[in-house]
Amino acid sequence: MYQYDTIDKAMLADRSSEFRGQVARRLAGELTEDQFKPLRLMNGLYLQLHAYMLRVAIPYGSLNPAQLRKLAWIGRTYDKGYGHFTTRTNLQFHWIKLADTPDILDHLASVDMHAIQTSGNCIRNTTTDPYAGATAEEVDDPRVWAEAIRQWSTFHPEFSFLPRKFKIAITAAPKDRTAARVHDIGLVLKRARDGALGFEVIVGGGMGRTPYVGPTIREFLPVNRLLSYLEAILRVYNRHGRRDNIYKARIKILVAALGKDEFARQVEAEWAKIGEGADLPDTELARIRGAFAATAFEVLPAQSEAFEAAKASTPAFARFVRNNVKPHKKSGYGIVEVSLKGIGDTPGDATSEQMETVADLAEQYGLGDIRVTHEQNLVLPHVKLDDIPTVWAALRDAGIATPNINLVSDIIACPGLDYCALANARAIPIAQHIAEKFRDQDRAEKIGELKIKISGCINACGHHHVGHIGILGVDKKGEEFYQLTLGGSGAEDASVGSMLGPALPYEKVADAVDTLVDVYLRERQDGERFLDTFRRTGVTPFKEAVYADAH
Amino acid sequence: MPTLIELKDGVCRGAEDAFTHVADDQDMATGDVIVSLARFQSEGDGLLSEGRRVGVRLKAEEEAEVLAYDLPRLAVVALDFPKYRDGRAYTNARLLRERFKFAGQVRAVGDVLREQAGFMVRVGFDAFEPADDASANEWQAAARRYRHVYQRSADGRAPAFAEREA
Repeated sequence: MYQYDTIDKAMLADRSSEFRGQVARRLAGELTEDQFKPLRLMNGLYLQLHAYMLRVAIPYGSLNPAQLRKLAWIGRTYDKGYGHFTTRTNLQFHWIKLADTPDILDHLASVDMHAIQTSGNCIRNTTTDPYAGATAEEVDDPRVWAEAIRQWSTFHPEFSFLPRKFKIAITAAPKDRTAARVHDIGLVLKRARDGALGFEVIVGGGMGRTPYVGPTIREFLPVNRLLSYLEAILRVYNRHGRRDNIYKARIKILVAALGKDEFARQVEAEWAKIGEGADLPDTELARIRGAFAATAFEVLPAQSEAFEAAKASTPAFARFVRNNVKPHKKSGYGIVEVSLKGIGDTPGDATSEQMETVADLAEQYGLGDIRVTHEQNLVLPHVKLDDIPTVWAALRDAGIATPNINLVSDIIACPGLDYCALANARAIPIAQHIAEKFRDQDRAEKIGELKIKISGCINACGHHHVGHIGILGVDKKGEEFYQLTLGGSGAEDASVGSMLGPALPYEKVADAVDTLVDVYLRERQDGERFLDTFRRTGVTPFKEAVYADAH
Repeated sequence: MPTLIELKDGVCRGAEDAFTHVADDQDMATGDVIVSLARFQSEGDGLLSEGRRVGVRLKAEEEAEVLAYDLPRLAVVALDFPKYRDGRAYTNARLLRERFKFAGQVRAVGDVLREQAGFMVRVGFDAFEPADDASANEWQAAARRYRHVYQRSADGRAPAFAEREA
């Protein structure tokens, strides 16, 4: 893993002391809330329905045990004993006092963490594959480039006041676990026939009011030219993105308005003028690369007796392995997914005790490495098969071994009206109702991969547009209603879901999902996922079933 | 009239402003003036032939490239921030310095706040008309808050990756 050096640490210390001064001026009445707002937003501090919310950055979703323990401690000391992992792989504390925030930032800085650029119209945290460095699928380690982008984008003097927020995703595996095609920029690392590494560059995907799957503007960008190319894209956007309407200010609107060919032409013209001087020197790339190359794997046999014996003797463990353990590139190791989607729990929430459990397990059994997924779960990417039964037992005791990764109850939901001032409707209890409905694990496994994503408003923080089943909260004359969409995907087969029919009232949503699943089970052919069946049959059978009662 | 802060040799100082901003609907002032792009395009030659120093004020949506041929004749390019959140002037400033090697004054005008000082200095601004009554000392402190920077920019500071190699 990348280790912060004295320069990285000094950046955080300087930021923290700057913010301490700003909070002091606010508390002393020297700054009004209006004047303070842009300053706190640059430090990830939002004012929500009931309290301040602090959004802590977890760069490319990567944590070490000391960092996760510190987050647990902050949750216990300054919040109500828990935190909420987000779809940007950050962590939110929802019950923070303003006067505590400078101390919290100092505590974060003590473990090389911060809240920099977790809000505002700047370049936000980069998403990358939570299996990076562990999966055999990847052509190279995408974290190298995520770290290069982290440094390049931090306090960028030219691109800190963009028309709107800006999000980048990098994946290096054909199976996309980052939703790259619905990001402002998606980068897909590829190897050319001659072995050279390069990026497919996708620009202008996004969700919100106007969802788009982003077009590819360059098929192959040599990796060492990444930063100059990003500079060209950002410069075209900074100059020409709309600033007159917040809902039309994302880069997707500019790309759609110009057309992808004209947008690409402008980027290429700007890139030619920028030249190689804006790229990172090879020495720095090698330094960053070296930091990720040093994972101390042991040489192990492919089969583990302890692992196989536990599977044979303990059906619950076997079920966990089927759903939450993924193949590792090194023989004798597995990738373990920690589910933050316990039935009846709030998706993405983890208590301080749960965080400490994961930190301890990572330290003892996981080479000190922890990842956050954009689907709001945690990952221990490097666990020996021999140790997985022990890890599973500890996770189960902590309530975070629900065997439901990618299944119907592995739901993404935004905080919704329970916390957020923008929301029209609640998202969390809808997720809980659906999860309850599919509590039967045999049935959930029979249904297979099914991604349900719930947003409490059109800003789409819950990614509903790319849910196999998407659920959007809307307000109808003061009552919560929910618009269902089907057939979305945020993965390599990205698409925007299409509307099922009229919005449903709060109490009908979980039943409607149940009906949709029944239709799928009736219609599916040999091993199809819900998404595949929907794509084959179209909306009609689903629509007929859900609205049958209404007619 | 707003105070002017000038950055020279790494130090911010309050300065007498030798220039008068002349709006499009105002009569031409005497002495050194800063005018709009439109006014410069129609009256610039005349003003320069009178031997005075001339500056051009670019709106956020006007791009620095339009001045490419005129830059050697200009003493000041003033870049307008209609709102502090409007970041287009940062690109203009950087291109004036890096791409067009403009050596005159690049001045920040409009909604210019001390919290933006660090970014402004990094892209090549060397004069500021603060809208928040920041003093030269406060400006200096805000501009130099960070001991290190991560990127190359127009200020010539060594980025982290260069410091690491040294």
